[in-house]
Amino acid sequence: MRLQIEDASVVFPAPKGAAPTEALQNIQLTINDGEFVVAIGASGCGKSTLLNLIAGFLAPTSGDILLDSDLVQGPGAERSVVFQNHALLPWLNVQENVAFGLMLQGVSKAKRYEISDRFIDLLGLQNFKKASTYNLSGGMQQRVGIARALACDPKLLLMDEPLGALDALTRERAQELILRVWEDTGKSVFFITHSVEEALFMGTQLIVMSPRPGRIAHRFDLPFSRQFLQGTPARSVKASQEFIALREKVLDIIFSDQEML
Amino acid sequence: MNDTAKTSNASRRLGLLGRLSRSRPTQPGETYGVPGSGETRYLSAATVIGMLFAWWLITTLGWVAPLFLPSPQAVIHAFITISENGFTNTPLWQHVLVSSARMLVAFFFACLFGIPLGLAIGMSSVARGMFHPLIELYRPIPPLAYLPLMIIWFGIGETSKVLLIYLSCFAPIVLGCSAGVRSASIEQIHAAYSFGATRWQVLRHVILQAALPEILTAMRIGIGFGWTTLVAAELVASREGIGYMVLTASKFLQTGVVIMGIIIIAAIAYLFDWAIRYLEHRLVPWKGKV
Repeated sequence: MRLQIEDASVVFPAPKGAAPTEALQNIQLTINDGEFVVAIGASGCGKSTLLNLIAGFLAPTSGDILLDSDLVQGPGAERSVVFQNHALLPWLNVQENVAFGLMLQGVSKAKRYEISDRFIDLLGLQNFKKASTYNLSGGMQQRVGIARALACDPKLLLMDEPLGALDALTRERAQELILRVWEDTGKSVFFITHSVEEALFMGTQLIVMSPRPGRIAHRFDLPFSRQFLQGTPARSVKASQEFIALREKVLDIIFSDQEML
Repeated sequence: MNDTAKTSNASRRLGLLGRLSRSRPTQPGETYGVPGSGETRYLSAATVIGMLFAWWLITTLGWVAPLFLPSPQAVIHAFITISENGFTNTPLWQHVLVSSARMLVAFFFACLFGIPLGLAIGMSSVARGMFHPLIELYRPIPPLAYLPLMIIWFGIGETSKVLLIYLSCFAPIVLGCSAGVRSASIEQIHAAYSFGATRWQVLRHVILQAALPEILTAMRIGIGFGWTTLVAAELVASREGIGYMVLTASKFLQTGVVIMGIIIIAAIAYLFDWAIRYLEHRLVPWKGKV
């Protein structure tokens, strides 16, 4: 798997009288197989626009998005999305929600429950298979959302602030869970967050975006998720000198953008 | 004087206005400040019983002539007599059955055409452009106004009666369903697309499912409108039906039968409504929980 964004720009047409908005300007980004790319930036920097571009919900004004050298021309199951507010379907139970993508693809009932059960186990939902999604806690609902996206067997998993709605403690547990799932499945991930700490902890590559026009201002290679997966406790990783130094650096960049508002 | 007595004194001093303008602290397990919270069963039962009692009292004391308001006993008597002997040579159950059948046929067709049309209006700008103005134009017209037209076009048979009820069910069903299309969140729709759904699958598995609570609500409102038109529909050239019974009884000043007919219509309408609410409870247990 290799996703390439080649010089992509997005210009939203102007509301009457105003100048058109350059939401993204000349974005160059490559996501290689197994990579965990995290996007962060002040609000209005185009993170979500970038995700919509990769998901195929939005066409670039200029430039190309290539998945394994095929032009992306719309949404598809090889790029499944996890949403911030989980967007589960309340008329389906947990198992049916996880199997939803497979059902759409016409996979037989027995087969799709076999596959979805694997991801239900992976995300620790085995005791809630038949539960109604609206009776679950926020953290559990998001696990269903992740299992559901993984069950489609995407080449690239797109996560749009998936942990943004969770409380701080659940959020740290969920970060570790997602990293373990990422290691287990070997999927490539594109992940949006507002939390610098989360971005540094989770990613292998960090892109810091700046607004007006939305662009990638800085790129960092990150070692922290691998340190965690190799056995260093999450809190030790997040307390290390290297982590804190980089966190302050990234915060400086983002705050300097924020002050321009 | 202990604390409780002081508080109750204070709240008594506030009077009715004071109690309306400020909420009491809640008991454990309740939520403070929820509008309209509290048990209503006893109050509702008391209201109904109080009404019946007032009715009985007014008629027994002879304050109102029986011609205008017969006593509850007289209405019950009318019910028993008509149950035994029928009304205008037709048994009561047949009147009920004929009216219910007209309602059901009209409601069935209103759902059959109204639900797909409403969904189409919600889903496509072409359908909305074509049909929305038509529905909006005829919707506010009272059915009695176009009843003569129905009779001129379709005669005095069953067709015009059923059609009148149909038209009064149809508009609220269409409008409710077209609004229901917007129930699915954009994230739910995007999720389905990102799992490889086709447009048809999104329609079938997301939009339609999410619209189901609103479709059922539209059906409830539609059938309610249908019942309000029943009497008008049975106004002309009927020989059977509850509406016919009420109208005929009023011509002969049998006020007791009129009231009995009204109560029967209310009871059947309530039964229909209850059936749809039961359906709602079974089909969309998730309603209001997301």
